Amino acid sequence: MHVSLLKGTTFFYLVGALLYLYFIVTRKERGARLGRMFLLVGVLLHTVGFGLRYAAAGYTPVTNLFESLSFFALSIVGAFLVAEVRYNLRTLGAFVAPLAFVFSIFAAFLPGEVAELAPALNSYWLPIHVLLLFVGDAVFAVAFAAGIMYLLQEKQVKRKKMGPLFKRLPSLDVLDEINYRCLTIGFPLLTMGIITGSIWAEYAWGSYWSWDPKETWSLITWLLYAALLHGRLTVGWRGRKAAILAIVGFCAVLFTFLGVNLLLPGLHSYSNLSR
Amino acid sequence: MGQIIIIGLNHRTAPVEIRERLAFPPEAMGRALRGLLERESLKEGVILSTCNRVEVCSLTRQGFLGTTEVKEFLADYHAIPPEELNGYLYHYEGDEAVKHMFRVASSLDSMVLGEPQILGQVKDAYGYGAEFQTIGPILDKFFAKTFSVAKRVRTETRVASSAVSVSYAAVELARKIFGDLSDKTAMLIGAGEMCELAARHLLSAGVRGILVTNRTFERAVKLAEEFGGTPIRFDELPVHLKRADIVLSSTGASHFIIRKHDVEEVIRVRKNRPMFFIDMAVPRDIDPDANQVDNVYVYDIDDLNNVIDLNLEERQKEAVKAEEIVEEEVRSFRRWLDAQQVTPTIITLRRKYEEVKNVEVAKAVSMLGAEDPRTRKVVESLASSLLNKILHAPIASLKKEADGRNHMELVALVREIFDLPEASGRTEDGDSAGTGETTRE
Repeated sequence: MHVSLLKGTTFFYLVGALLYLYFIVTRKERGARLGRMFLLVGVLLHTVGFGLRYAAAGYTPVTNLFESLSFFALSIVGAFLVAEVRYNLRTLGAFVAPLAFVFSIFAAFLPGEVAELAPALNSYWLPIHVLLLFVGDAVFAVAFAAGIMYLLQEKQVKRKKMGPLFKRLPSLDVLDEINYRCLTIGFPLLTMGIITGSIWAEYAWGSYWSWDPKETWSLITWLLYAALLHGRLTVGWRGRKAAILAIVGFCAVLFTFLGVNLLLPGLHSYSNLSR
Repeated sequence: MGQIIIIGLNHRTAPVEIRERLAFPPEAMGRALRGLLERESLKEGVILSTCNRVEVCSLTRQGFLGTTEVKEFLADYHAIPPEELNGYLYHYEGDEAVKHMFRVASSLDSMVLGEPQILGQVKDAYGYGAEFQTIGPILDKFFAKTFSVAKRVRTETRVASSAVSVSYAAVELARKIFGDLSDKTAMLIGAGEMCELAARHLLSAGVRGILVTNRTFERAVKLAEEFGGTPIRFDELPVHLKRADIVLSSTGASHFIIRKHDVEEVIRVRKNRPMFFIDMAVPRDIDPDANQVDNVYVYDIDDLNNVIDLNLEERQKEAVKAEEIVEEEVRSFRRWLDAQQVTPTIITLRRKYEEVKNVEVAKAVSMLGAEDPRTRKVVESLASSLLNKILHAPIASLKKEADGRNHMELVALVREIFDLPEASGRTEDGDSAGTGETTRE
């Protein structure tokens, strides 16, 4: 049941993404309204599925690649829905929803059976550490989408070549505001995620920091976002520069999450493809 | 019932000298409308008079053409020889007239496609018709339909959505850069007409404040008063530049008054908060290279004109959709008109023979000399059922033809053989689209 729920939501994210794309092409309000409904239903079913799996497995189901990807998709759609309500930015859906769909379909192709929990993961730090990081990463995903939208829109205003997207995309100011807002939410989450991980590592592996690839890449990601936040607050980095950094930052997030799992063996190899 | 006709001229068919001679000022509207309906063949009428067009919309009586009379009216009223006028006038009848009015009100026939004023002007014209009672049920419905078509076009297409004037284009761009303008400050340098217009638009778009500067400080003070802004001395411009999010410039200076270096300086002080420069001066006031600075956008008059051209192109594309809506609505109005023509016929037909029946029943009852209510009832029901059976076939074929092509002939035929008087324009169920009458069977 929970596996089909977790995998089945992919369908809702797909339809939601298509509806938002339909909205941005035709500018028909109905597309966005229906799209949001599909995403909302998807998130609800997904949450139920997640809860059922938690009950069935007896631990927070974020321990292998299937579970993590699925939870990541859930977090992204959740973060988007909050941002959409807060900023009334329906066009954002055309950029975020496909992203969530990609993670969701990736997860859907992985085996979904509940596995025996690795002893090292059997800890109350598991939900704290992993949930903090995934929610933070989801917020960065929204910043990433807003960054792409900013670059698309800025290019049109700067080069004075207004294409069909000019009317459809929101103002530069709002996109930059989302960039900043996401940074102020995502960065503390990322920081706390790393700190809790480090504390857990001391308990589990006997060392706060062991330069495991995942740890190294987390640090790189953290430094990127720290630089962006610092630049914003002190010298007023904003606009294009901030958008580019949000995009680069999210690429680092993705590499830390997926690249390290799939390519670089290390202590964190709970969620590579072989499992 | 006759048909709707429109006779008029517009900016494409007549030069302004003719248009102004044919215009109907508001105070003359009552006299003009009454004069129009004095003509024999015209039953209802509305006059639309704007600076770009003068049109007379009228409903003719059955069997009349009316066009000639409207032309005579225009010539007589304005004392212009009809031969001179004829070359400028166009005329539409029936569906063509309906379509024309729908297009005019939807601003598809305007000089600037999609400009919004025309709908208000059509509403005014309708208002005069209502005030001087020259509108009957048909034109009343026709104009109600016209307004709903214009509304449909406005909401379902983007024919009027984007700016097609330089000053509006500037506001539109400002909105795409800053989003909400209510915490933004604009600066007006110099006093070009277009700049002032743009400043006005920015103010009504919600800009918080305006700084005004001019080489002659007195003019700056005067303009600032007008805008409710703050005057600034021209030599203090560099100091105050950092306060402005939007800069509108049109001075007569022969060289750049704001150079790229100045912009780099001020954007650093502003910690990269974006700036939008609108340069309406020729020769230009602001170094176009300043556009290369991050978070700075510099538009000159040509750039804005390019934006407008693009918007006009979009309007043209949207106009195709709008024309489809108009066609659809013309068909729907046609159906309503047709049904109208059948309905009054059926009503008069029934009414006439109900009267005949009542008279005959009374006669029969008195001849029988029977006060017995049963006898009266029997005679009455005999008459009713006879009447219903006889009228059933003609009424049924009228109704069947309500949506068909030959209804006009059929209506005329029925009226002829049953010897019905000319239909009154008013029907009891003027708003229902179908044939309201029900047969009692």
